[in-house]
Amino acid sequence: MIRTEDLDLKAGSRLLVRRLDWAVRPGECWSIIGRNGAGKSTLLRTLAGLRSPDGGAVLVGGRPLDAWAPEELARQRAFLAQSRHDAFSYSVLETVLSARHPYHAQRYWEGSDDHLAAMKALEAMEVSELANRDVRTLSGGERQRVAIAALLAQDTALLLLDEPANALDLAHQVSVMALLARLCREQGKTVVMVGHDLNLAYRISTHALLLMGDGRWLAGPVDETMQPSLLGDYLGHPIEMIEHGGRRIFLPYEAQA
Amino acid sequence: MHHPVHPHRRRAMLVIGALLLCAVASLLFAGMTGSISVPLAEMPDALRRLARGESGTLAASLLELRASRALTAFVTGGALALAGVMMQALLRNPLADPYVLGISAGASVGALFALLMMATAIVVDMAALGGAVAVSMLLYLLARRDLRGGLALEGGTSMLLLTGVILSSACMALITLMLSIAPEGRLRSMIFWMIGDLAGAPLRLAPWLVLGAGLLYALRNARAMNVVALHAEAAATLGIRVGRLRKGLFFVSGVLTASAVTSAGSVGFVGLIVPHACRFAFGPDHRVLVPAAVLTGGSFLVLCDTLARTIIAPQQLPVGAVTAIIGAPVFLYQLHRLRR
Repeated sequence: MIRTEDLDLKAGSRLLVRRLDWAVRPGECWSIIGRNGAGKSTLLRTLAGLRSPDGGAVLVGGRPLDAWAPEELARQRAFLAQSRHDAFSYSVLETVLSARHPYHAQRYWEGSDDHLAAMKALEAMEVSELANRDVRTLSGGERQRVAIAALLAQDTALLLLDEPANALDLAHQVSVMALLARLCREQGKTVVMVGHDLNLAYRISTHALLLMGDGRWLAGPVDETMQPSLLGDYLGHPIEMIEHGGRRIFLPYEAQA
Repeated sequence: MHHPVHPHRRRAMLVIGALLLCAVASLLFAGMTGSISVPLAEMPDALRRLARGESGTLAASLLELRASRALTAFVTGGALALAGVMMQALLRNPLADPYVLGISAGASVGALFALLMMATAIVVDMAALGGAVAVSMLLYLLARRDLRGGLALEGGTSMLLLTGVILSSACMALITLMLSIAPEGRLRSMIFWMIGDLAGAPLRLAPWLVLGAGLLYALRNARAMNVVALHAEAAATLGIRVGRLRKGLFFVSGVLTASAVTSAGSVGFVGLIVPHACRFAFGPDHRVLVPAAVLTGGSFLVLCDTLARTIIAPQQLPVGAVTAIIGAPVFLYQLHRLRR
């Protein structure tokens, strides 16, 4: 679905990721894990085509990113930015409808199929009762769910999400993550996301990509990569793991005071 | 949940239709009002005569004078409002106006210099246009980063905004300098130019062509403008060529501003409050907002100009003063409601 070849990422002169050779296949759900500043968002933005690689290439469906026409690519992959700032008083429904942009190059107005897709996405994120609200009046968590609804309405095979659980309450963190896992499992969609909650990540991800921030990286199925010793190394803090009813629970190690 | 689709479009048609009527009404009002009023009953006959190119009756000749001024007001107001909408979408800032980037200040420098040199009206207009173009080019060169093309686009337009504000204040300094050394006799015409004045502004075809082309561009890109205004970050991932759109918005709003300022001086507030009021009344969707702002801006300036020439007749006020006197309280009121 999406692949990187010898990808280098830099922040200023600092090398974040060196020669990343990485392939994400349809139906897989990847979590990118690492410390602050390790290059997680930089990698995701590079995958989305919002910044160019500092070396190597990103390929979607076997074609390099710059070989895609923007509208065509927008029907393949969607991107959830980490934060957003609303300058104008668009309604929630308009916000979600605008994600249908890549589907009607020549039309002036959206069609009823767009409205259907938008309403379905709003329902999936449990925000359909907010449809006519001004986006600037929403709470942080509501705004985040509306943004994810827009992502769903874009209806792409590949979803790139930068901290989707941001600002969500516990119940919605769980339901949003479960929805993403279901999209991968049942509809064969591909998810690549950045998140800080190891337990949520482990529950829904099939694979993980660990970034050290100095060029090193490690990619593989969660059972291999999400080991306490490895995670401890990559996150810079010892991690303990508890097996509980077939689930792994990760805890930051705390020295007894 | 059932969601109706068609009311969306029907509402847009209704809004545009109503505003078209308002525009026609404002032009008629401008034609009827003045030191000698032309009653509505005489309008059809006078219009018919005017169309045939004969100005036999008093009504027809009055109408000829007033119509050319009212039409110039309309095209100027429409262009400024459209430029305002585009500038606000470009900078993602609802408080931006066509003058924020200093394009009009550049025009003022050119025009005032020409006035100082006692140039003829046509030279003043050309100098204004030249000033506007010079500042636009300078802006483009200095803030290329924000207008750069391609999919790989980072950051907002803060560079463009800052550069514009600084260029604008540099131009203002030049203006102050010229005003301070100008001889008494020329000061009045210079100040009227700066406030914006439609008296003696000739009716030309070029501003209409510019407005038509600008409107066409804005309508074709109305959906993309929505996406850019909504998701600054994600617009590129929704298939928008952000760099190209920004360049287009910058270029077209610059030409609209230059054209408006050239024919009427720097009329203030229309480019700020009209887009604002329209957004408030009809929503932020550019597909409705763009035509609505053009019609409202045109009608608003026609009404303001009619007031400007009648309120203390025979003394004429510069129209820019009237728009500011009406505009400021309306704007403050809206801002206050926004904050609540």
